[in-house]
Amino acid sequence: MDTIFTRGPSLNIRLALALAMSVLLIVLDYKLDTFSTTRVFLNSLVSPVQYLANLPGQLLNASAQRLTSQQALIEENQQLTNRILLLNEKLQRFTVLEQENAKLRRLLDAPVRQNMRKMVAELMAVDNTPYSQQIVINKGAIDGVFLGQSVLDERGIVGQVMEVGSINSRVLLISDVTHSIPVRSVRNNSRFIASGGGAIDELYLSHVPHSADIREGDVLVSSGLGKVFPEGYPVAEVTRVVRDESRPFAQVNIEPLAKLNRLKFLLLLWPQDAPESPPVDGEVSSD
Amino acid sequence: MIKVRHYTIALTLLVAMVFQIIPVPAQVDLYRPDWVLIVLSYWVMALPHRANVGVAFTSGLALDILLGTAMGVHSFALSVAIYVLAANYQRLRNYSVWQQAIIIGVVSALYHSLLFWLMRLLMDVNFRFEDLWPVLTSMALWPWIFWMLRKVRRQLRIT
Repeated sequence: MDTIFTRGPSLNIRLALALAMSVLLIVLDYKLDTFSTTRVFLNSLVSPVQYLANLPGQLLNASAQRLTSQQALIEENQQLTNRILLLNEKLQRFTVLEQENAKLRRLLDAPVRQNMRKMVAELMAVDNTPYSQQIVINKGAIDGVFLGQSVLDERGIVGQVMEVGSINSRVLLISDVTHSIPVRSVRNNSRFIASGGGAIDELYLSHVPHSADIREGDVLVSSGLGKVFPEGYPVAEVTRVVRDESRPFAQVNIEPLAKLNRLKFLLLLWPQDAPESPPVDGEVSSD
Repeated sequence: MIKVRHYTIALTLLVAMVFQIIPVPAQVDLYRPDWVLIVLSYWVMALPHRANVGVAFTSGLALDILLGTAMGVHSFALSVAIYVLAANYQRLRNYSVWQQAIIIGVVSALYHSLLFWLMRLLMDVNFRFEDLWPVLTSMALWPWIFWMLRKVRRQLRIT
């Protein structure tokens, strides 16, 4: 048989070439960020593989749906009806409060908060490199998704869109090591920055002075200061505060309110000044 | 049949990539073996003139796009790991499957530490020992992949 060394460049040269190319790509992509436009194309190119990988899960789901008993369905229906009733009751109060709030804000000459357009997206893939926490959702550029868009679940903020493909896009979770989000405490409005630590169920508040008024159980909402996330959406709850005077800052661990490890349906938000807008038919009522 | 023969290596790699990104619960995800690395290892040892560093580089790039890491990170680590195997393929072929499994474990550990160091250079990640579980699961998976791919190779007479 013929050996590798009879044809083409030698193995060492191949390795040197591959490594040089890799380093060049890393520098180009990470340090200089030249790939942001090409990535859209590349992501669309590999999306069939992602759909393929998603198929077994979808099949299982579909068969599970077909096999649920009538009893279970009736029970679930009952539960959902009850929940709708409870939520509707809350909503009734909420509309009154909203009107009142708008009136008060107008009296104070403060800008009235505007409603945002929303769209429901579904989780497609979870990214499993231990060093990055990302998910892929099934909405992309054709649905009007834009870079930096906020993504929520029913409990709180999940993350922001970091790459947009034509039919799907990649979301960076708030728990990623490279992600930080400006927050404020609901109790006393003090502002903090919540950074991810790489664990899915824990974030940290960075640079908190020992004298800061923060305790366990405080709920943190987005402060809207970074101009990425809209203001007032719940982010996390404080789980532990350690004030060790030998360290420069207090150590504050917080737990994200969104269940980042069991996401299924997500909500995409379009603020008023969004660079793109969703097509009308796919839109959830903007009210 | 002729057509399938030409694309077998690419097809097995594609299947490996699907397994690499298939969504599983977070508890199981920790133990996910390095499918792409194992399948590539087999082809490098069996047919080093068909698959070596170049193929490793390309599949690494595909992994980078699929996993959303910076371009070049996986291709770097995969190229080095596959180079080690390609440079010693004649010796490795003579080992028993179990000895090969240990070698795969070592190569997988090399692959993961390279990934870690590249990530460490790019962003502030911390080393966790849990991240090395794939080394053990890859070792356990190797014999099965080896027997299966050998069967495929012999049946389709891929050279």
